[in-house]
Amino acid sequence: MPEAKLSCRGIQKSFGDNHVLRGIDLDVAEGEMICLIGASGSGKSTLLRCINQLETIDEGAVLLEGQDISEPGIDLGPVRRRIGIVFQSYNLFPHMSALENVLLAPRRVLHEQGGALETRATELFERFGLAAHMQKYPDQLSGGQQQRVAVIRALAMRPEIMLFDEITAALDPELVGEVLAVLRHLRSEGMTMLLATHEMGFARELADRVCFMDGGVIVEEGPPEQIFTAPRVTRTQEFLRSVLR
Amino acid sequence: MNRRQAYEAAQRRRSLTVAGVSTFVVVAAIILLVPLAPGWPAVRASFFDGQVFAETFPTLLRAFMIDIMIFAWSVPLIMGLGLAIALARGARSPALFPLRIFGAVYVDIFRGVPVVLTIYLIGFGIPGLGLPRPWNSPYIWGTVALVLTYSAYVAEVLRSGIESIHASQRNAAICLGLSERDTMRYVILPQAIRRVVPANMNMLVALQKDVALLSFIGPVEILRQAGIYKSLLANFTPYVVAAVIFLLVTVPATRYADYLLNRDRDARS
Repeated sequence: MPEAKLSCRGIQKSFGDNHVLRGIDLDVAEGEMICLIGASGSGKSTLLRCINQLETIDEGAVLLEGQDISEPGIDLGPVRRRIGIVFQSYNLFPHMSALENVLLAPRRVLHEQGGALETRATELFERFGLAAHMQKYPDQLSGGQQQRVAVIRALAMRPEIMLFDEITAALDPELVGEVLAVLRHLRSEGMTMLLATHEMGFARELADRVCFMDGGVIVEEGPPEQIFTAPRVTRTQEFLRSVLR
Repeated sequence: MNRRQAYEAAQRRRSLTVAGVSTFVVVAAIILLVPLAPGWPAVRASFFDGQVFAETFPTLLRAFMIDIMIFAWSVPLIMGLGLAIALARGARSPALFPLRIFGAVYVDIFRGVPVVLTIYLIGFGIPGLGLPRPWNSPYIWGTVALVLTYSAYVAEVLRSGIESIHASQRNAAICLGLSERDTMRYVILPQAIRRVVPANMNMLVALQKDVALLSFIGPVEILRQAGIYKSLLANFTPYVVAAVIFLLVTVPATRYADYLLNRDRDARS
């Protein structure tokens, strides 16, 4: 088996007395798309935040192509630009236009300049159907548009893997589709992706593997067909019954 | 015009009438009643002498230019130092801990001492060291006193602005790989500064008035010039002139600041 792009080894994380992650083991292969499902509070978001080192982990390790990126004291700058993350609440910079939001990090971090960078950014906007909105400010955009800009902003750093933290959860139902279309597009381009999501239909359609999390552990994982049609574990069955009704 | 519009128009007319009548009553009462006070003729003669007003106005206006000048060169210094202190107070790295302490002590001291006292202590104290010209100028040390005091206030205002920016903004920037420094410079500060514009505008209006306190240590600006006229003419009208001149500047300035803020808000909604 080829070395995993990203590996989680026995990750434990507590916030005070709240033991959120209780030993997570997960391998993500290059080009693979994995959906994390589970109830709110099951640890999905925390796991994503631990992977890109927004939270420090208590036990275990996160390996990016074999390199331990959870080791205390390493320079996280180079690591973070290889891992893109998009949050539920978009977190665009409100004082910058959509285009400026996208250009900031490539300019400051990758030291890209001028025409080539702007062309690349413009292409990204065109690819995701937002060319008409590049000059607008975040509060002039709908939630779905803002979330797509957030995706473009992350992609502009040319990440090797993308993390999505329930990025459709804050959207009006009619706007969910346009954001999922973006993910579908990325999937077709072979981007390595790890998603925490409540969109079961989407997970079933596109994921290579689905992991059901509950109580800070991955209770069950497998191909979507198996998880959604023949879950083996009782808790997975209960969860799916409650959300798929 | 439909029924609702007719109703609203009637309501508007009614409010306008009420506002007009009540304003008229209050103004009329002041005009009619104040002159009935026993001391009014004396007060009018010593505070509202039209001839003294006309006579002293041009010179006082010229003296006011000194206030404007001191104000104008103090503002960039205050903003610069205030920002530096605010950043020092927010420094996270342990190596910069002394800077944090310094920032905290600085703010405590200069917010804790009345401006007038700082002006006296610095304005008289430092030239007392026997510095050669031009380094004994009250303009320099008066400015220093104002800058020290006001930058402490501005630092606190900016710090509250920085702290009001949600942590998710910082996280988003950090996740894109931005350094702490770039995150502050490009993401946090621009938002924080914008958010505290009203508070800083109030600071500047207060500063504009406090410049007059430098009259205590020498510069013949408007307040001191008014004092000179008062002694010369045995009349308080020059002080009223000075007050009018201050209002001519501060009222439009605050209105303009409000206008800018509203425009900014409208443009973003």
